[in-house]
Amino acid sequence: MNSFSYARPSDIGTAVDELATHEGAKFIAGGTNLLDLMKENVEHPNRLVDINRLALSTIEDTEEGGLRLGALATNADTAYHSAVQSRYPLLSQAILAGASAQLRNMATNGGNLFQRTRCYYFYDTQTPCNKREPGSGCGALNGFNRIHAILGTSDQNPETACIATHPSDMCVALAALDAVVRVTGPMGERTIRFADFHRLPGHEPWLDTTIQPGELVTAIDLPAKGFPEYFTYIKLRDRQSYAFALVSVAVGLEIDNNRITDARIALGGVAHKPWRKPEVEARLVGQSISETDFAPIAEALLEGAKGYGHNTFKIELAKRAIVRALQRAAKLEPQV
Amino acid sequence: MTPYIGKSISRVDGVAKVTGKAKYAAEYFAPDMLYGWVISSAIAKGKITRIHTEAALQLPGVVQVFTHENRPSLAWFDVNYKDQDAPPGSPFRPLRDATILYSGQPITLVVAETLEVARFAATLVQVDYEEDDHETALEHNLHRAREPKSGVASLLKSPPPKPRGDFEKAFEAAPFQTTGQHIHSVEHHNPMEMFASTVVYEKDGKLTIYDKTQGAPNSQMYVSQVFNMPFSDVRVISPYVGGAFGSGLRPQYQLFLAVLAARELKRSVRVSLTRQQMFTFGHRPATVQNVSLGATADGTIDAIRHDAIGETSRFEDYFEIVVNWAGMLYPAPHVKFTYNLVPLDTFTPLDMRAPGGVTGVPALEMEVDELAHKLGMDPIELRLKNYTERDMNEDLPYSSKELRECFRQGAERFGWASRNPEPRSMRNGHTLVGWGMATGIWDATQGPARAEAVLTVNGKLRVTSATADIGTGTYTIMTQIAADTLGMPIEDVIFRLGDSNMPLAPIEGGSWTAATVGSAVKVACEALGKKLFKMAQKMKDSPFADAKWEDVWFSDAHILLKTNPYAAVSLLEIVGQNGGRAVSETATSLPNMLEQRKYARAVHSAAFVEVEVDEDFGTVRVTRAVTAVAGGRILNPKTARSQIIGGMVWGISKALEEESVMDHQFGRFMNHNLAEYHVAVNADIQDLDVIFVDETDTIVNPLGVKGLGEIGIVGMPAAVANAVFHATGKRIRSLPITLDKLL
Repeated sequence: MNSFSYARPSDIGTAVDELATHEGAKFIAGGTNLLDLMKENVEHPNRLVDINRLALSTIEDTEEGGLRLGALATNADTAYHSAVQSRYPLLSQAILAGASAQLRNMATNGGNLFQRTRCYYFYDTQTPCNKREPGSGCGALNGFNRIHAILGTSDQNPETACIATHPSDMCVALAALDAVVRVTGPMGERTIRFADFHRLPGHEPWLDTTIQPGELVTAIDLPAKGFPEYFTYIKLRDRQSYAFALVSVAVGLEIDNNRITDARIALGGVAHKPWRKPEVEARLVGQSISETDFAPIAEALLEGAKGYGHNTFKIELAKRAIVRALQRAAKLEPQV
Repeated sequence: MTPYIGKSISRVDGVAKVTGKAKYAAEYFAPDMLYGWVISSAIAKGKITRIHTEAALQLPGVVQVFTHENRPSLAWFDVNYKDQDAPPGSPFRPLRDATILYSGQPITLVVAETLEVARFAATLVQVDYEEDDHETALEHNLHRAREPKSGVASLLKSPPPKPRGDFEKAFEAAPFQTTGQHIHSVEHHNPMEMFASTVVYEKDGKLTIYDKTQGAPNSQMYVSQVFNMPFSDVRVISPYVGGAFGSGLRPQYQLFLAVLAARELKRSVRVSLTRQQMFTFGHRPATVQNVSLGATADGTIDAIRHDAIGETSRFEDYFEIVVNWAGMLYPAPHVKFTYNLVPLDTFTPLDMRAPGGVTGVPALEMEVDELAHKLGMDPIELRLKNYTERDMNEDLPYSSKELRECFRQGAERFGWASRNPEPRSMRNGHTLVGWGMATGIWDATQGPARAEAVLTVNGKLRVTSATADIGTGTYTIMTQIAADTLGMPIEDVIFRLGDSNMPLAPIEGGSWTAATVGSAVKVACEALGKKLFKMAQKMKDSPFADAKWEDVWFSDAHILLKTNPYAAVSLLEIVGQNGGRAVSETATSLPNMLEQRKYARAVHSAAFVEVEVDEDFGTVRVTRAVTAVAGGRILNPKTARSQIIGGMVWGISKALEEESVMDHQFGRFMNHNLAEYHVAVNADIQDLDVIFVDETDTIVNPLGVKGLGEIGIVGMPAAVANAVFHATGKRIRSLPITLDKLL
């Protein structure tokens, strides 16, 4: 492991300063992903700024009727928080579908947003990966790509190709909920819409998010609308626990008098970011839940999907999962 | 005193293990110990053109960087590198030369004062390669298949039986036929404990080595042969093994590297592998099999053909028994079996729990299930119709075989009688439910072994044998056998193992340890008993003065006259007469070959499985499973049950999850960690039930035991696959059955 220095600031200003004044420094909170990546020689921060002493672990109501999740609240504390369970059960379900109890106890909400891909080639420094080593190529493109993306990939230019997925479950629910990420940086505070927080690989696959250097996530704001009545999170994976999603679907619906009045559908395991298409969701509004055929919605969400061999099955699997998730959320199927 | 054998005694090593007192190979320290870090090859085939070690060597704390260029001269001949489980061929020699034989090959050892420095220094070493084209895909190289070479190790593994009758003609004439191609993926053992060796360099240059191994004497032999050291200068100690599953049957490369570094630097050295490096040596080989069955309308199987092609390395011919099981299970008159190998640019495969058995038997048992389906016959009825009391390969009767009882009791416990044979006949919403069963079989063998029994001056019985306990319960059952043989309270019996200084035992594997070492413990204790009896006879006023050995028995730490329980002498009293010295006896147990050769000897099982399959998603869950085992005498129902449950869990894991996936672009396993190489987790496992049917066997060995290490896994994969067929109507012959195969 590389040597690194270590700082443990006790206020946000100092923490942000630390990153501004030390090139190559990184924040560390739960460390569930960063330490692994350091051991694998994928990440080599020269300074770790431990933010665990910052007062960012509260979960509290916002003035707008929503809920503010502190960046340092653990995934476990969030999933089991009574306000989350009663007002945002979709988020609770998604968090609990991820990782293992041990990891959720360590992992923080802020850190969850920065989970890096589980692409085998990203982790194995003796294979090419444009995300890890820009310009080295993409091993997955013609390799073992069973867990890789089918939507929004970058596969034309060998030097920027990337078909990695974002691995988080929590983020899929946050995307569906239209969460807002609050950050503090050298230029002060700002907010980022969740849909804009993660990015597609494009020509810069090494960038996972739109966060600027030195910015620190302080909280995630959930809007008032939490879909507590009609929701579901389906996660399909190779085993029942401690496995990343091959495909996951978060659905939140509002239904009035058997008619859908609002709909959110976010997909996980299929792209470099949680995948949403608001224009397709809008097609559900006004539809009768008992008469709507959800299959065309699934088709529309997967429009343009492309398989790379081992992962081609995900296209059909995602469509089936979307249909089932909509049925479950609409209570046409048991939640299980 | 009631016997301990047959009782559910808790593990005698259990407290040490759960409290962390049990030390593993990487947990021993020596003063001034150095740490080695292994650098692995990035390419699968070619040559190292240069290794840039300068930057690493300049780092403070780095002591040396060993490569093929600066390693010392070592043994020249292949024979020196052969361990007790070496297949025919030329064993891999770490740092031998610039040649790269497989991806992940150890090519450099960085040695430093701390682990952290060694690890960091390793990142500073740059390696230049000249790459050659590699071949790593079995399915693309089947045309190169050839017969395995024979060698010493093949004595333990019989070649495929000769054909009998006329398969082609009988198969063609059979009104009911099935044929299927079965593909099994590569799997890696992945025990919890990573391979590690702590080599303590003693003042006189002798080595005390703490090694992860399934045979301390095997590691000792390897080190002394390769490094040209007398046996007496190499002591290998391995009291606890954090799982091995066969991976410890051969010394792994960290042992070689740690010994090399310790001898060159004259310092103690530890080398541990990383989880990623646990994917850089032996593995269960990928195998392609074709199985054909032909039967008459009444379900009589007339014709069986089983062909298998397995992968091996370019340098050794690893082979396993894949195609011999049909002849042991079914009495078909027309059979043909072939087994061939394709050498690839990978490391040599290695025995892994039920090697060959859990490859060949599932393929066979899936076709038997398919045949039952085509015949419209119940799968158990078909198996009973084709039941055999003889091993047709050897044309010998079984020494015992209560498989029929396994079927009966297993079916009853599972509720098999209410099964609707029609596929897709049971559902609950989107969930399809299926019930499947399969037979399991494994050899019941016994080898020679030695043990020493000592009655200490305190009246404790200490028994030793250089075997291993890889978590199976060896410590416990040997303690039970020793306690019963000399009528000692179990608290006063200590069994020790895992030290090359102890009396020799074979490598621990193949389900032979209970029979082999158990028999040695028994004869050593009997020999000690006889010695104690003779000593007791010589005591003043001995009640045994006129008694013969047959007239006495041992109970409550006493020798007693059978005719008069009041005529007793305590063992403590006897040892007290020995001038303050312990009394010891060493004995060798040999299998009774003359008797055993008249019989085929095997352990059998019947596995029953219920699965739930989501009809849209193809996700499979095993909701319950029952395994009934005919395993001879059960020494300890508790550890025995754990053995079988462990096998069942792994069988589920193998059927549904496990696969080391190689990227043939790079000839490299890509999912080389436990996040991406999936083994079953707790959430995957639900209700498991184990039945031991009564089975008496006076032939297999004096204890009447059959090993249980492998049998738990053998039947499971086919039972799961057959249940998936029953649930979905889809016959998936390629394992693991991941959800994409069912979409």
